[in-house]
Parts: sequence; structure tokens; C-alpha cells
Amino acid sequence: MTARVGVVTFPGSLDDGDAMRAIRLAGAEAVPLWHAEAKLHQVDAVVLPGGFSYGDYLRCGAIARFAPVMGLIVSAARDGMPVLGICNGFQILCEAHLLPGALVRNEHLHFRNRDQLLRVDSPDTAWTNAYTDGQEILLPVKNGEGRYVADPRTLDELSASGRIVARYLRGNPNGSLRDIAAIRNEAGTVVGIMPHPEHAVEELTGPSTDGLGFFTSLLKYLTGVPS
Amino acid sequence: MARVVVDVMLKPEILDPAGQAVVNALPRLGVSDVASVRIGKRIEIEFAGDSEPDVERAKEIADKLLANPVIEDFTVRVEE
Repeated sequence: MTARVGVVTFPGSLDDGDAMRAIRLAGAEAVPLWHAEAKLHQVDAVVLPGGFSYGDYLRCGAIARFAPVMGLIVSAARDGMPVLGICNGFQILCEAHLLPGALVRNEHLHFRNRDQLLRVDSPDTAWTNAYTDGQEILLPVKNGEGRYVADPRTLDELSASGRIVARYLRGNPNGSLRDIAAIRNEAGTVVGIMPHPEHAVEELTGPSTDGLGFFTSLLKYLTGVPS
Repeated sequence: MARVVVDVMLKPEILDPAGQAVVNALPRLGVSDVASVRIGKRIEIEFAGDSEPDVERAKEIADKLLANPVIEDFTVRVEE
């Protein structure tokens, strides 16, 4: 059976369309989820897309965390459902305490939009098993508040337990601590990433097709999970 | 009507680049003796009805939504 992958649209989401397209290109069914509707429509996994949910009011992701659909996603994620948060989605995952730390204003205060080289350091998650350890990938990064921060103990713990999924290479675009671009939960089912894999899935529109692996990884992961 | 005021500040150890940008702009005003500026948020809450402002509930609101305890501290006070 084709995997069903939900993509949440919040007011202010921008990249929900690209995320759905990436899911379809990987061979799964993309299921639109609406922020105000507490329904998951039997999805096997969820992508929280990039954008500016609720206008980034208060803090990025702070209000989205309380959207009716998020309560279901948080409890399903705690029960093992894979969730990928991209950019604003990563901010929402931190605000929802599914991932530790927070994302704050870029150190240099500028919005950064460029193609960014990353190194995959945790290829054993539901979203990164298509990559090899240390593989370098090129993805667009575009954020104003993408600087990952956490207290030193949390950073040491993430590092020691292999939960830093990807690091920025050849220049850190936002001052993120320890060059962190992506992290995961202990189980490897929940991943938050600042750069945009869903924008790098086709030669025509992306700087590479390196991002497609996030979505094919999920399909591979789901086939190994008893339903 | 009495209101509850919540002040939210970035924790001291969290870099505030917006505050630094203000420090860097001050010499243009002829001010050169400011060592640090940190920018926070002031949030005013008014509860419905005539009841006394509920500081405990305001604290709960601040802790759950208005501030992110990972990066921010907050104080709650009643303003007459």
C-alpha cells in the first residue's frame, strides 16, 4: 500500500506545496492537513513545512504549536510516528518540545538565502537512511531565525548521542551553535532541519536533487515498520 | 481596570544581535558610553470581568506561551 504522508498547512505556511510535491516524487501519497482541523486522516508520517506560521507572531512556531492538529501530531510523534520539521517546522518542533533547544534570530541579523553544503552525520533516522555517514549534500537555506541554540549540556548530549543529524559546511549561514543544521529525537523518528530538502528534489528547480533522500528514506523506513 | 504586565527577556547567556545593532547605532546619535542594550517584550494582559487580576494564571500563560523558557526569562506584575 502507498504510504500516506501528511503536510500541515498553517496560516502563513509557504512550502507546503513543495513538500507535497517532494513526497509524490518519492512515490508516496501526499495528504493535506489543515491546522484548524484535529484530524490526521490516517497518515503514516507528517511533514511540518517552512514558512511563517501565524505571521511568526510572539516567536516563530510559538502559536502554531497550539493549533488543533498539533496536539494529535505531538502525541502520535511520541508514539513513534515519523515527523519532519523543515525551517518553520523545525521551530515548531522545538516549541512543542519534541526536540530540545530553540531557533533564534540569525547572529548577523540578515535573512540568508543561498545554496548550502551540509554534512549528514546521523544517517540512521527515519528521514536520513538513504544517505551515507558523512555524505555532503547541497540544499537551499533561507531563514531569518535559524540560529540553533541550547544550553551547553544539551549540546554535549546531542553530540555524544549522535543526535546532530546534519552540520553546516563551508560557512555557517546563521551562527547556529556547533554548526547545527538538523537534529533528531532519540528514536530517530522526529527530525528538525533548517535548510530545505523539499526544494532540492528536481534538476530543473533545485541546486541538486540531494533533498529527495529525506522522502525516500521515510518510505524505506515505513516498509520496515509493522503496521 | 487592573492589568497584568509580563516582561519577557532573552536569558543573559543568549546573544541578542538586535540589541547589539542598537549599541552599534548609538554613536551616530553622539552616544558612545553605552556598553550593552538588550531588547525584550512587554505584554499586557487584561482579564474579562471585574475580578482581581489573576497573577497565578498570568504566570501560567507566560510560562506556556508568552515566553520560551529555553531562551527567555519572564516577570509578572500587576499594574494599577
